[in-house]
Amino acid sequence: MLKTLNIDVHHVTRIEGHGNIHVEAADGRVLKAEWQVPEAPRFFEAMLRGRSYQDVQTVVCRVCGICSFAHSLASIKATEAAMGIEVSEQTDRLRILAYGGEQLESHVLHVGYLVAPDLVGVNSVVNLVASHPEVVKAVIRAHRLGNDWMELLGGRRTHPVSFRPGGFGKLPTEAELKSLKERLEKIVPDLKLIAETVAALAGRIPAFERPTEYIALAHDGVYTFYHGMIASTDTPERLPVDRFEQVVNEFLVGQSTAKWARWHRDSYAVGALARFKHNHANLHPLAAQTAKMLGLTPQCCNPYFNSIAQVVEAVEVVEAGLDQIEGLLARGIKPEPPCKVKPRAGTGVGSVEAPRGILFHKYTYDDNGVCTAANICIPTNQNHANIQKDFEALVPQVLDGDEARVRLLLEMLVRAYDPCVSCSTH
Amino acid sequence: MSKPRLAIFDFACCEGCQLQIVNMEEQILDLLGVVTPVEWREAISDQSDEYDIALVEGSITRPEDEQRLKEIRKRAKVLVALGACATMGGVNKLKNNFEMDEVRRCVYGPAGAMPHLSTYSTKALHELVKVDFSVHGCPMSSEEFGYIVRCLASGTTPVTPTYPVCVECKLRENACRFEYNEVCLGVITRAGCGAPCPAGGSWCYGCRGPVDDPNVNAAKDIMARYGKTPEDLKSRMQLFNSVEAPTC
Repeated sequence: MLKTLNIDVHHVTRIEGHGNIHVEAADGRVLKAEWQVPEAPRFFEAMLRGRSYQDVQTVVCRVCGICSFAHSLASIKATEAAMGIEVSEQTDRLRILAYGGEQLESHVLHVGYLVAPDLVGVNSVVNLVASHPEVVKAVIRAHRLGNDWMELLGGRRTHPVSFRPGGFGKLPTEAELKSLKERLEKIVPDLKLIAETVAALAGRIPAFERPTEYIALAHDGVYTFYHGMIASTDTPERLPVDRFEQVVNEFLVGQSTAKWARWHRDSYAVGALARFKHNHANLHPLAAQTAKMLGLTPQCCNPYFNSIAQVVEAVEVVEAGLDQIEGLLARGIKPEPPCKVKPRAGTGVGSVEAPRGILFHKYTYDDNGVCTAANICIPTNQNHANIQKDFEALVPQVLDGDEARVRLLLEMLVRAYDPCVSCSTH
Repeated sequence: MSKPRLAIFDFACCEGCQLQIVNMEEQILDLLGVVTPVEWREAISDQSDEYDIALVEGSITRPEDEQRLKEIRKRAKVLVALGACATMGGVNKLKNNFEMDEVRRCVYGPAGAMPHLSTYSTKALHELVKVDFSVHGCPMSSEEFGYIVRCLASGTTPVTPTYPVCVECKLRENACRFEYNEVCLGVITRAGCGAPCPAGGSWCYGCRGPVDDPNVNAAKDIMARYGKTPEDLKSRMQLFNSVEAPTC
């Protein structure tokens, strides 16, 4: 009998924000396979107009509760670019260090709390407590460490307050950095246990490949989350971040309140897998070893493996964090107040790799440092079209399966992107 | 007595308050001793229409969301607003300083006229339905949230501070932000957060809303002493405390 399917998932669970899956198939033909985003837009780009450069980060980090450090840092970089503010090496190093905390916290949350239940076949992490007590404890310890790491350097674990255009409002002490270093060293066995557990479950990850364009920041000699140029797997040319509008080419579709993006193809992907493809040669030893154990290669075009790349990155940011702390302690923490800012008119772009992929902020300021225009492009904006294209490729391949299985595969696919849907609608 | 059934919902927001629930880590298991979660889209796959306590994050910006909120209100015995977006509209109310059509054009261009991109001026939950309790802050604090849920489960009334952030800031022995020539809203903002922002090297931007009975004269004295005017406060107060009508 030819297959008839009707799948209507109204608000996919275990993701950030509101997204729907709609599939219709009749007589073995796919009539519709849609990734829909009905999230309420908040209009941040309009709301930033009239705000002082001193308050822009405070407002704009509220785009996202899960990646508020990413938004804060991209925002501050954009403001600094607009006003020609140069920061010290210490500020730069401390920001990069701080940012590792968010990558760890976010990746562990995603893999441990949101994806793992699918791999084990339960509905939430609470049900993993009985079946996998040790690894759940390891996930909790790593997640808490990520939060404490962020709080130490950002002043709060969500919506940080210590970052300013020009420097830090409050600096960590050397003793605090030493204590963070000890905790980073101690978390390594927990991350190994998490990686081994994921490796043992990797057979449950769907075997689905769809080559696409992968875009991430790339920077010589470092697996970068903070500095670099825009790199694509479809072109050897690297673009400076202030030309991001040439890359994202945002457009609107009726099925989404969030904008979509495309460059060389109908869609492209950003996130941990894209970063791995562009930066894998610069991984620290243990992270490289973890990638090998998990079977992650730069050729991988399986979107479900984005979660695997996040496990590798969780190890990477801990190793990179240890190096960074050593460098900071060797130089000693200098009592630097944020440099004096003289507001001036201008336009600037700031970009970082958010946990979910490359993020851009662009602001224009007037002579008094008041924001007159803003453009923000979110990683999940850039992934929506790619999720849609994955749906179109995947559904015909799995149409023979029962409805519950098809539904699960699509939900797992959406989760693999770690979408920040309310963020993408902003 | 059976445990109350608890459901968590969200509207226009960043979901940072729900993250503070996740950040309770193993203490979530303690909460599960006093309530039964029946719906929490961000963390579990179950969905349910039967619950006693509804925790609602986010502000309301569309008729369909207003309708959904009213249905939640009908089903719930107790409705709790989580975080600044829900309790007072939060940063989302900055939108109310502009005309809605202009806001749509600004963000989406001419395509902003598409019907699925419609929006109305941002509303806090209490402007549309009865709110029984509020967990203030942006984001709310995990500790205060845990305390309020435990109170609700045991049938007691949670108490939130009625004094300003300045009190908690002094207890932390922070240097006053006015000493740094900064404008700080701690003088008029409801305490309960423990003043993490001044402790983290910033000013208070008022995310918990004004204290019930602010000592306006004392605030004026401080402003005068440091050469600041109420006008200096205004722009910063707009961040979390914008009102319904356009103000600029």
